[in-house]
Amino acid sequence: MPNDKNYFYIPQIKKRNQKATLFKATTLLAIIFSISFLIFFLVDIVRAGYPAFTQTYIQMDVNINEEVVENPYSALKGKNLKIASRAWLRDLPNLIKENPSWMNTTQTLWVLANSEVDQYVKGKESRTHERERVYVDELRADGKVERKFNTIFMTTGDSKIPENSGIYASIVGTVLTIIVTMVIAFPIGVMTAIYLEEFAPDNRWTQVVEVNINNLAAIPSILFGLLGLAIFINFFGVPRSSPLVGGMTLALMCLPVIIVSSKAALKSVPSSIRQAGFGLGLTKWQIVRDHVLPLAMPGIMTGSIISIAHALGETAPLIIVGMIAFVPDAATSFTDASTVLPAQIFTWAGMPEKAYLERTAAGIMVLLVVLLSLNAVAVYLRRKFERKW
Amino acid sequence: MTIKMSAIALLSVAALSVAANARDQIKIVGSSTVYPFTSYVAEEFKATTGNPTPVVESTGTGGGMKIFCSGNGLDTPDFTNASRPMKASEFKICADNGVTDITGMMVGFDGIAVAQSKTNGAISLTKEHLFLALADEVPSKDGKSLIKNPYKTWNEIDAKLPNRKITVYGPPATSGTRDSFDEMVMEAASKKLDAYGDKKGKYKAIRQDGVFVPAGENDNLIVQKLTKDTAAFGIFGYSFLEENGDKINGANVDGVAPTSENISSGKYPISRSLYIYAKNSHRGQVKGMDEFLKLYVDAKMIGQKGVLKTIGLVPMTEDELKKVQAAVLAKTKLTEEMVNKHTILP
Repeated sequence: MPNDKNYFYIPQIKKRNQKATLFKATTLLAIIFSISFLIFFLVDIVRAGYPAFTQTYIQMDVNINEEVVENPYSALKGKNLKIASRAWLRDLPNLIKENPSWMNTTQTLWVLANSEVDQYVKGKESRTHERERVYVDELRADGKVERKFNTIFMTTGDSKIPENSGIYASIVGTVLTIIVTMVIAFPIGVMTAIYLEEFAPDNRWTQVVEVNINNLAAIPSILFGLLGLAIFINFFGVPRSSPLVGGMTLALMCLPVIIVSSKAALKSVPSSIRQAGFGLGLTKWQIVRDHVLPLAMPGIMTGSIISIAHALGETAPLIIVGMIAFVPDAATSFTDASTVLPAQIFTWAGMPEKAYLERTAAGIMVLLVVLLSLNAVAVYLRRKFERKW
Repeated sequence: MTIKMSAIALLSVAALSVAANARDQIKIVGSSTVYPFTSYVAEEFKATTGNPTPVVESTGTGGGMKIFCSGNGLDTPDFTNASRPMKASEFKICADNGVTDITGMMVGFDGIAVAQSKTNGAISLTKEHLFLALADEVPSKDGKSLIKNPYKTWNEIDAKLPNRKITVYGPPATSGTRDSFDEMVMEAASKKLDAYGDKKGKYKAIRQDGVFVPAGENDNLIVQKLTKDTAAFGIFGYSFLEENGDKINGANVDGVAPTSENISSGKYPISRSLYIYAKNSHRGQVKGMDEFLKLYVDAKMIGQKGVLKTIGLVPMTEDELKKVQAAVLAKTKLTEEMVNKHTILP
């Protein structure tokens, strides 16, 4: 190419373009990497977790009489006893009480299989004995084995019998804990932000406070747990393991994030709004209440929801205040002992029985759905109420 | 709106500090080794009596004692699980904080067997042998520095042992049996070896080069593998060895055979006794505490055919169980003398 004729020709252009392409490719690679990682994670979790949503039941003839009410484990014999769930048998007397007409008859019932048989039916590694496997295969050929939707998982709490464990109690605990967190963190956080942004004089003292709040937002969450233990449990005597103490601890953790994001939202309201208010003779309180706060609300809500969602998935501070425990009953008040969803997942992940593995993954799926819907709400609020200046 | 909400929050906090003079839910803290069994009893308690399920927290033995001894009020736990007897120092802290009326109960034993296929003759190992076979790093020949574990056969460790390839199927890192093994074999054996420096007595890293195979806990699969791979050893709870006595036998450790007598008498070195301590002053104030205690020491829970065995622990003898049951009924008070003798019975 006749370069001397083209005055706009840059000799290094080829190299520069190459560098630009390389840079673009690197950034693209980064996003492909993170997306494939995410997909891998999701596929892995879903694959491990979806079998937990069904549970194996086996049709058996159960002799019902007075003796069974006394000792329910005598209702089944031999191989049937070996493959049935201990939890189901333990609950049999209650079932008989509900159906008095069953007394002294033989009922054909769908009996919950124990977790090892369940794992075997699902085609996974299991510790069932060879003779029980053969027996289960025979039953399966007769159509007496069925995988039904796992209602137990949705309606019970933790259990040492894997097939009897569920997430209901931990979901209730999570809801109660998050209510406490919101009730404490949201008003205090927003009020603090309003004071710092609208009323506080700009002096050394407020600067120190602001720097500290920004730093608090980056503190490892387990330290908030230690703080919760020292202040709420040891000093104020709030009951251990309760949603109240868990919620208050998480509120401490959420506060800095809520304050920082609320301050940013308040700051983004143009000062012309405030000036106009002053021009009309409004007091500062009226301007904040009627104009600045409503305009900043979408930003405040977004920040708060994200920070609450973060608290929802938090486990570390809750270990210290005793919420990682064996709590099968759903809490009925803020002071009852309770556990939360991430804590339940943590507990199951540490159990040696294989059946807990799929329950761990299923728990993660439920937690992910909750978190995604919370984030969706945040996005929706921002889109709907956002004002462009 | 927000003001109203914060007012409610403040009120609820105030309401709670008053409402702590009776409780209907039992609270338990303590050892992670006893935790699975106590949780099991807790669940059974709810299912059979209709009382609320006791809350069981796994805090470790030391952590549990600390919380248990922090006071005698109803806001403190009613029980603490322990994988060793209460120490004199802990007893003193308890007494200083007004916790003076304690009853201790033995739960059973945690014995770990090192088993092999029955086609092999009897074998005698020591804790040190096991440690050197399984540790990630071992002391070098001159004993001064640490090197990656080079041992491939047992006779490399000790010329008296057979020329057998080292393969060990053991519990995964998540299991309680593994915790106990780490503590009673790995950490205990590393105490005698100066090469570990700061980690002396705390070393528990297990080699990752395929010699140690993590397998399920108390798993039939291990037994199958041991019958096929006759050179291999398996590590699991003692009760599982007993169940499969037709296919596998246990190695003698430090010259003692793994039998239930040796475990319950404390002779077998990889075993320890498990306890649960109760506050007598809470009995009557916390609903269901007496019933819970009764269920806990019932033969169907900790007896020879009880649940304790199904989760891999070793029950005590019937005579001993009777003594424990009597002590619970009589609210036998733990004295300093008993603590010093490391026992819970007078």
